[in-house]
Amino acid sequence: MWTWFYRLASPPSVYALSGRLAPWLLAAAACLIAFGLVDGLAFAPPDYQQGDAFRIVYVHAPSAWLSTFAYMLMAVAGAIALIWRIKIGHAVAAAAAPIGASFTLCTLLSGSLWGKPMWGTFWAWDPRLTSELILLFLYFGVMSLRQAFEDPARGDRAAALLAIVGVVNIPIIKFSVTWWNSLHQGATVARFGKPTMVASMLVPLLVMFAGFMLFFVGVLCVRLRAEVLNRERLATWVREAVAT
Amino acid sequence: MTIGLSQALGLVLRRELLLSLRRPDQLLQPLVFFLIVTTLFPLSLSPELSLLRDMAPGVLWVAALLAALLSLDGLFKADADDGTLEQLVLSGIPLGLIVMAKTLAHWLLSGAALVVISPLVGMALGIPVSAFGTMMLSLALGTLTLSWLGAIGAALTVGLKRGSMLLSLIVLPLAMPLLIFGASATDRAMGGESPAGALYLLGALCVLTTTLAPLAAGAALRITLE
Repeated sequence: MWTWFYRLASPPSVYALSGRLAPWLLAAAACLIAFGLVDGLAFAPPDYQQGDAFRIVYVHAPSAWLSTFAYMLMAVAGAIALIWRIKIGHAVAAAAAPIGASFTLCTLLSGSLWGKPMWGTFWAWDPRLTSELILLFLYFGVMSLRQAFEDPARGDRAAALLAIVGVVNIPIIKFSVTWWNSLHQGATVARFGKPTMVASMLVPLLVMFAGFMLFFVGVLCVRLRAEVLNRERLATWVREAVAT
Repeated sequence: MTIGLSQALGLVLRRELLLSLRRPDQLLQPLVFFLIVTTLFPLSLSPELSLLRDMAPGVLWVAALLAALLSLDGLFKADADDGTLEQLVLSGIPLGLIVMAKTLAHWLLSGAALVVISPLVGMALGIPVSAFGTMMLSLALGTLTLSWLGAIGAALTVGLKRGSMLLSLIVLPLAMPLLIFGASATDRAMGGESPAGALYLLGALCVLTTTLAPLAAGAALRITLE
């Protein structure tokens, strides 16, 4: 029953499939992000409290969401690879880590640019901000642990375990605005009941979410191809794929 | 011959304690390091007691964190180098149990010792005697949690030549919540407020890591020793 899955998860088919998907994903992401940016920056109404500065949300919120999503993906892929010994999982985790770290950095930078006009400071030692910073350090830890071993298979497994341990930080990030008195505003979109945002502001935000998500998956495909090629460089199918 | 689990736990614990007690210089090093680090702050910032008092909980916790990291580096190293660890892995005793015994022994001789000398440092930094109880309780819970977290880090880096830097990189982010709650508990007690909330959270973290960290560290050892 699972043979189709194993065939799909084998390095050559992942290499071929991600190569076929990547251009479509990236093209769709470019369209959505372009639309979302124009709609969000030019046509959405300014916030009654924050004025035009709120428009940073169109970059900040999707990157924040992806910074945690990429981490979860990395941990789940690592767990799958550890438990069922599906080695493509390690390749996915290794490919996702730098992208997730970049999104985390992007979140922190865009957040501090937003913080200057709103809170009067680039950085505050606030629970949400601190836990996001810890996430960045966790990414660094996982990435350098993977590199530290001479035997790459061992590095993969050690990094996967550390990624799983680090998952405890994800609920802390998510609920930090609820548990502590935070400067950071609470959830406005992902909540039970109606979002507390008017449709003309919300639509470009959702479009940006979708665009960032597709962008992430597209870049993941590209990085995964490089990762698979590097890992399988001694296999015959790579020689054939490179030769043609 | 088969031995029960609690018996195995006791045997490994006893062995670890004996081995450590026969090298008293190595036991003292983290404590001296702790004292030296706390001395650096008055020297570098200001010897004024009112200023020091404000920073005392943070200073105490940062110093405890660094001292623990320094000693955790060797948690599995000696046993891994001479092959004892492999024998323990092959012995059929659950690996989590061995990790638990080794970590407990490590905590008894480093973390608990640190808690015992902490009033000395607290006095020097101007922490009022009324806050000593909270300070010691938070340090006791915190250093135990730290030992569990460090056991995961030490297990992940045991086979590496230059693992100590990486160990810090792995453990420090995970230990940050500990630092926040630990320092705030002492801070509240010094200000005359109830430190219960922060202490409960520290206790929760301690229970969480005591139950899960031995399993994670055992799995990590299996990966790095394979």
